[in-house]
Amino acid sequence: MKTETRREHFHPSSMIGKLLRRMHIDIPLFLCLFLTALLSFVILYSSGGQDFGVLLRQAARVGLAFCLMIVLAQVNPIQFKRYSATLFGIGIFLLIAVLIMGQIGKGAQRWLDLGFFRFQPSEMIKITTPMMVAWYLAEHHLPPKPKQLGIAGFLIILPTLLIAKQPDLGTALLVASAGAAVLFFAGISYWFIGAIVGLVGASTPVIWHLMHDYQRDRVRTFLNPEADPLGRGYHIIQSKIAIGSGGIYGKGWLGSTQSELEFLPESSTDFIFAVFAEEFGLFGCIALLTLYLLIIARSLYIASQARDSYNRLLASALAFTFFVYVFVNIGMVIGILPVVGVPLPLISYGGTSIVTLLAGFGMLMSIHTHQKFSIG
Amino acid sequence: MDRVFSIKNDLAENRLFLRRIYVAMLFIGLMSAGLVVRLMYLQIVGHEHYATLAKENSIKLTPVPPTRGIIYDRNGRILAENTPSYSLELIPEQIEDMEDTLRRLQALFGLPDEKIEQFHRQRKREKRFNSVVLLPAMTDEELAKFAVSMPFFPGVEIKTHQVRHYPYYELASHVVGYVGRINETELKELPMPEYQGATHMGKLGIEKTYETQLHGTTGYAEIETNVQGRALNTLNEVKPVPGANLYLTLDIDLQKTAYDALDFYNGAVVAIDIKTGGVLVFVSRPGFDPNPFVVGIPSEDYKALNESENQPLYNRALRGLYPPGSTIKPFIALAGLEYDKVRAPQGLYCPGYYTLPGVDHRYRDWRRGGHGTVDMIRAITESCDVYFYRLAQMLGIQKMHDFLQQFGFGEKTGIDLYGEVAGLLPSPAWKQAKRKQRWYEGETLITGIGQGYHQVTPVQLARATATLANHGQVVTPFLVDKIVTAQGVQKSPEQPARIIPLKAQNLDPIVAGMINVVHSASGTAKRIGYGIPYQIAGKTGTAQVFGIKQGAKYNESQIDFKLRDNALFVAFAPADDPKIAVAVVIEHGGHGGSVAAPIAGKVIKQYLQNLHEN
Repeated sequence: MKTETRREHFHPSSMIGKLLRRMHIDIPLFLCLFLTALLSFVILYSSGGQDFGVLLRQAARVGLAFCLMIVLAQVNPIQFKRYSATLFGIGIFLLIAVLIMGQIGKGAQRWLDLGFFRFQPSEMIKITTPMMVAWYLAEHHLPPKPKQLGIAGFLIILPTLLIAKQPDLGTALLVASAGAAVLFFAGISYWFIGAIVGLVGASTPVIWHLMHDYQRDRVRTFLNPEADPLGRGYHIIQSKIAIGSGGIYGKGWLGSTQSELEFLPESSTDFIFAVFAEEFGLFGCIALLTLYLLIIARSLYIASQARDSYNRLLASALAFTFFVYVFVNIGMVIGILPVVGVPLPLISYGGTSIVTLLAGFGMLMSIHTHQKFSIG
Repeated sequence: MDRVFSIKNDLAENRLFLRRIYVAMLFIGLMSAGLVVRLMYLQIVGHEHYATLAKENSIKLTPVPPTRGIIYDRNGRILAENTPSYSLELIPEQIEDMEDTLRRLQALFGLPDEKIEQFHRQRKREKRFNSVVLLPAMTDEELAKFAVSMPFFPGVEIKTHQVRHYPYYELASHVVGYVGRINETELKELPMPEYQGATHMGKLGIEKTYETQLHGTTGYAEIETNVQGRALNTLNEVKPVPGANLYLTLDIDLQKTAYDALDFYNGAVVAIDIKTGGVLVFVSRPGFDPNPFVVGIPSEDYKALNESENQPLYNRALRGLYPPGSTIKPFIALAGLEYDKVRAPQGLYCPGYYTLPGVDHRYRDWRRGGHGTVDMIRAITESCDVYFYRLAQMLGIQKMHDFLQQFGFGEKTGIDLYGEVAGLLPSPAWKQAKRKQRWYEGETLITGIGQGYHQVTPVQLARATATLANHGQVVTPFLVDKIVTAQGVQKSPEQPARIIPLKAQNLDPIVAGMINVVHSASGTAKRIGYGIPYQIAGKTGTAQVFGIKQGAKYNESQIDFKLRDNALFVAFAPADDPKIAVAVVIEHGGHGGSVAAPIAGKVIKQYLQNLHEN
């Protein structure tokens, strides 16, 4: 016993490891997230016109997000479960409040202005929806019966519609897929999934009819960007030029001419992947994708180790949603998905999305590190 | 048994869940592979193609802002136009010795050092081949100076911009408004593709209300640039769509007549075409010159305007709140007839004051000796206060409130200008809610002669007068008559007509009384009625700015100008077939008959004469 303590004393790395474990931090996940955040600064410096102010502001947000992650990692997952319904209710209430205020302000409104800071309820609902659905399904035996599926479906569709109404199609999509992921991991039958997919496919004309004009434009643009090169097709064309001109090895850091010359709009936010691809080439892209897949794999591993249904469902859904984020953003930037406003997770400049993402990882860490204390 | 079943279930659940995890991983792997394949397609197969596009054929889109629509009056006189403005700009790349060039330019134009410093700051933000402004908005003299010495300044050039100009200066400032630089907050809220490259937007008046129509649609020029971003040539252009031209109902000649007639007084004149609601005159004096606001008014000038005691930036016609004074009397008289409280020929003895039963307070008439016995027509003609005290008492405040409300008192008229205020039409409910006090009968009496809490705006008063002239048909005043674009002419939408149900014969004594105001020997505005072939129906008003103590003598010449009464006058003409309604409010003008009425008279005469001639 005594010698062991002494040995640890002489190895600083194991000291840090022990400290991190005591802080309920999952080391592999933490390292990957930290690495991605560092990478984000490297790209932002280039895409943001080498402006340190941009970096500082982003650093403040990332710092805050990491703090939140660590705080959430300390919370026993029993608490997440306990407050799932309440938090979901608050989220829905805020979404309705935003809609009403938006109607007063006559326009799209996603923000709730609380005076000292602006808050985006749709971000919060991205986490509370899977929490709610997981909580509801975990109350019953899995896989869920039709009645439970109906209720769970309602719990997913309600926030989705409220956000789609704002209108914020990208976020609505993410919330819906987070909820759907819970259903999937809860074990709904493949027949049922097939039926839903078929139904959505069959109702495409209806959806088309319900869409806003600008959303239809986006889809048209996606199908044929060259038709409107000066307007909406511009993003996609410029983005493809940036990525394609990067080649296998890339033009090197700070070598992106497309963003440098301001050809590429939103080069620090939704289209930042194009800058990355131009500067670091195919190798860089694959490396980044690998980093993302490591994060997802670790998260799914955590989910598989979780011992109660709620934790499993929540963890796996969070992991899967993270992938949807990555896929939708990169997919739109490389021109295989229509342009919806979804940032590249952990890398894009700005906003609340990084806070939400890291909050989710905080919960994952909590689920993993509190295993020993939870009662199966 | 339950527990056993549960454990069994747990195991099944666990197995199911793990299978789902594997399926999800497979799915994620496949989708990621899809991304990689697409990336390979772009970055390996398409690399050469895209690299060429990026390197040699870089096309940059520059927004081409549209020209702003022009604002005309009803006769096609230009109220807001775009005039060229010239600026002196330097292209750093083409200048060999920047210091020397700047020194010589500074000497040539006598520029202060701070201009040069400003130029240096601006220069740092621009690429070397882009031009940087040294001297914006050059005068003719400066242009001439430079024209002579241009050959000695390679790399220095004169560029033309379009700048908004208001040729009538302060005359229509409160109607037309002005455009100003788009500020940071506005930039965030503007619809972006349409406002690319735009620098100015409407900030006040018609320029603000009709911003969308006036602005037009931004075009794009496709410019080929090289790797450094230098423009090589223009490939393609999507032409901007110029903004719509607006034709107002306003008559700028009539506007000038009214403005000049106000002379040194502060006040407002609003004239309305009775049939349509089109605003013919909309004067708030003093006005201000909107032109400096376009280029950016120096802060000390703005401060001076803002702090001037005449408040030139204050739109009195739209936002000024005044007690209506005796101009309310025709409406009160009409209410008396409509509610059957009085008949027109009924006489009332006026001893020069009125008292409420059991109260000592004497409500005085403006004529100290009284008017003797007056019927309704005489009461309007001579503006007998006692008659209206009595009538107000019989009606009661609630009936007065309800009747006046129909004429649009206490609510916005809905004119197409920003910032209109609603005024105040008092009622017991209002007083209880806002002041937490009950309503006193004495307040009913003074409301009957347009004193007390009642507050109107000049545009409201004009509209109410037009409604009266129109036999109860309520019009909505509007300024923009036609919106003209390349596609065609769009008339302003017809305003939904609202008709106050009035008995036709009830209007006769009211109009008769108002005609007598202008055309009878005892009328309070008789001076404007001489020598015209038609009749004007009018009503004077004098509203106290401060309260006079009971029994105190009121002597105009002895009190300070700022404490003098406001003078009001409302009128419509011709009385038998009304075409125009006018409301005049003059701050501290004294009596309505002597100061305000002549202004309305001038406007009416000029308008009807023009109508006759055309």
